[in-house]
Amino acid sequence: MAEITLKTLAHSYSKNPSGPEDYAIRKMEHVWAQGGAYALLGPSGCGKSTLLNIISGLVTPSEGDVLFDGKRMNELPPEKRNIAQVFQFPVIYDTMTVYDNLAFPLRNQGGFSEEQIRTKVHEVADVLELSGELSRKAKGLSADQKQKVSMGRGLVREDVTAILFDEPLTVIDPQLKWRLRRKLKQIHERFDITMVYVTHDQLEASTFADKIALMYEGQIVQFGTPQELFERPAHTFVGYFIGSPGMNFFEPRLTDEGLMFNGKVIPVSDQVLAKVRSSGSDNIKLGIRPEFVTLGAEATDQRYEVTVTGVEDLGTYRLVDVEFGAVTVKVRIPEDQPVPSDAASIGFPEPWLKVYVDERLVEADHE
Amino acid sequence: MKSRIAFIVYIVLMLLPIYWLVNMSLKTNSEILGALSFWPTNLTFDNYINILTDDSWYMGYVNSMTYVFMNMAISLTVALPAAYAFSRYKFVGDKHLFFWLLTNKMAPPAVFALPFFQLYSSVGLFDTHIAVALAHTLFNVALAVWILEGFMSGVPKEIDETAYIDGYSFPRFFVKIYIPLIRSGIGVTAFFLFMFSWIELLLARTLTSTGAQPIQAIMTRTQGASGIDWGTLAAAGVLTIVPGIAVVYFVRNHIAKGFALGRT
Amino acid sequence: MNKIENNKAWFFVIPVFVVVAFSAVIPLMTVVNYSVQDIFGANSTFWTGTEWYRQMLRDPDLQAALLRQFAFSFAILAIEVPLGIGIALLMPKKGWAASAALVLVAMPLLIPLNVVGTIWQILARTDIGLLGWSLSSIGVDYNINANAADAWFTIILMDVWHWTPLIALLSYSGLRAIPDAYYQAARIDRASRWAVFRYIQLPKLSNVLVIGVLLRFMDSFMIYAEPFVLTGGGPGSSTTFLSQALTTMAVGQFDLGPAAAFSIIYFLIILAVSWVFYTAIMNAQKDKSAQQ
Repeated sequence: MAEITLKTLAHSYSKNPSGPEDYAIRKMEHVWAQGGAYALLGPSGCGKSTLLNIISGLVTPSEGDVLFDGKRMNELPPEKRNIAQVFQFPVIYDTMTVYDNLAFPLRNQGGFSEEQIRTKVHEVADVLELSGELSRKAKGLSADQKQKVSMGRGLVREDVTAILFDEPLTVIDPQLKWRLRRKLKQIHERFDITMVYVTHDQLEASTFADKIALMYEGQIVQFGTPQELFERPAHTFVGYFIGSPGMNFFEPRLTDEGLMFNGKVIPVSDQVLAKVRSSGSDNIKLGIRPEFVTLGAEATDQRYEVTVTGVEDLGTYRLVDVEFGAVTVKVRIPEDQPVPSDAASIGFPEPWLKVYVDERLVEADHE
Repeated sequence: MKSRIAFIVYIVLMLLPIYWLVNMSLKTNSEILGALSFWPTNLTFDNYINILTDDSWYMGYVNSMTYVFMNMAISLTVALPAAYAFSRYKFVGDKHLFFWLLTNKMAPPAVFALPFFQLYSSVGLFDTHIAVALAHTLFNVALAVWILEGFMSGVPKEIDETAYIDGYSFPRFFVKIYIPLIRSGIGVTAFFLFMFSWIELLLARTLTSTGAQPIQAIMTRTQGASGIDWGTLAAAGVLTIVPGIAVVYFVRNHIAKGFALGRT
Repeated sequence: MNKIENNKAWFFVIPVFVVVAFSAVIPLMTVVNYSVQDIFGANSTFWTGTEWYRQMLRDPDLQAALLRQFAFSFAILAIEVPLGIGIALLMPKKGWAASAALVLVAMPLLIPLNVVGTIWQILARTDIGLLGWSLSSIGVDYNINANAADAWFTIILMDVWHWTPLIALLSYSGLRAIPDAYYQAARIDRASRWAVFRYIQLPKLSNVLVIGVLLRFMDSFMIYAEPFVLTGGGPGSSTTFLSQALTTMAVGQFDLGPAAAFSIIYFLIILAVSWVFYTAIMNAQKDKSAQQ
């Protein structure tokens, strides 16, 4: 059983890091609770694979600690950490049969009779639907079967408490991806195992994980359920990265009357406004998801005049581009809603309009 | 650490024969034949100077280099398209053709020396660089096709298809896209072509007399009536190693990058 | 990879075909032609049929040379292949040390064959050679010109010195081509060093080793210049291998007919052994692709 804690963790591949840009992982605190299904999501180069390798022990962090159930793991090699890892490209032992592949970690560990090994291998092969392939040479398997075998090598070990996945579906045919993903979920439900799944694909992350950690420039910028990431992005990058298309952003001017954009004050709560003022920063952004922008005909007090510049029909919904001041705002509307031909207005329903100072979300305190 | 020491021990043992040759090449003949010593007491570069100032000596190196590079050019030129065909297509007789190419690698130069001599004499190519270069294609072409095919099999076929869709003609695709993709393969192949052509003696000696005589053959004249000129022989030997070192140095990164040769 | 059936591919192989045909077919025909005739001079030849072949196959000297040849080839393969893999495993993997190691390891490969022979001929001398001098100074009665065992020892040592680097370089490249994930997975699976070698490294080396073994087999079977320079085939005929026996016959005794017949037999032997190797490889590869 393992709860994985990352304590003031940072990692740099260079020996004498001079600035934050030398760090693959920037100072972070994080806890993966026992038994959870997590996704580590982020664009390529954000440090997510480094983080995964730090957890599995393939990389030793330059600063901070990795704790498993409160026990420091930094110096322990991967083979002593009771974890398993599935890599981007299937790693199988070519010359062995599927059976021998699955039995391999048990044989290495020692202390099991062939009878015990057989029972365990058959049990895991059953779950993975590999029972029919046990006597085949692993080399001849298809990519998805190979990935199942490499996952199976982790599952046969009773001591494994966490399985780490490093973009495991990269080489799998699209039509098989969802099946394998569902299999992963089943396995997660059946075995009480912590799973961390690295991916750059938000759909993959949200179908697999209960909670997603979104990484950006070596840091976890938000950790929450897929819904939280969508509705309440904690960082402008989350807004931009999650959702398709991402959040609309525009930069208002802070004046005595409030946040001004395009000649109009855009109302936000007093508390938020006070926080913005006290921050003293001039990096202020307003963000709203295309799904939450309302589109209408006439401009009124709370609505803003815009020009429709384009409409894209995407089957079940439509994306409307409107010119709002100097920025283009994307609006997502149902297929059957009429689009005003030229002049139109948009509205920002209060709960969905988010304020960001220095790229981070500023919210009213909850009572 | 243990492996580092074992490796250094191997390198030291391996270098001993070469060290001994270098050691000899820096001595006078009387010192060589006198008491055995581990380094020259009267260091002399005369042996090298003799070779490098005498055109009947150094032309041997020029001749060897000439036919070796000619051979590399010919072998690569004909082997590249052939390897491409073998790696991409099935065609009538492909398996047999490939084996036939390979059999030529198996043909012992000792068997072919005499017929080669007659062939090249009859077409007027005896004692030319091109004769040796062509004769060496016998074993080098097969090897080039083999190694290149291994590299080419590692290049996904989708690349060819994408290029055609983008409107590339075949020759342009081959030169502009494909060859850069297998650059490592060409580097590694060039290394092996150089190696086998450079070290070969029998055919090179049989097909030349004075005009294109390779250095290996010229070396035999250190055996004179008054005995062997050990110092010059050693210096000439040391100089035969130098071009090879340059070649490995150029291709070291291609080798270090790794190749598995074939469908994995 | 699924190959497309396309006979136009022949156009790509025509250049190779022409070049090799010129270099190989005509000389081979000439040899075959000699092998069935008796040649007394430029214009006087007469048909002998398979006579030379029968004579050659019964010749005890040649039978002995053939046996010696097999013994030699298998001996050097048995040493060079494991040793070469071992060296490849020891070689540095990164940085300047890797470059330096590659250049050093490759060095013996780039020395012309007769120079290799010369180097070892010098080394083996008890007066001016390091090897011979060292052995005799510790009391070993070492003489390659009198003692067949010494001559064999030296020839094998020479070949190992010269050609192990070929196996080492090929293996090194093969090892470098193994993705890191394999080693990482093996660590997580708690594989021992031996298991990593046996189940990851060795299987991934199979393709380069096939090339290495075939090259070494073919080249060692044709070995000529190196032992000729080192021992001249002696003492007696104890280190006379096939190529030398053949050359002595063809050039030395001007017995073109028998020499040619012998050449053909010799060629056929190499062909047969290589064919066995080749079909074994092709079958192995067919198995792989059939499973995929």
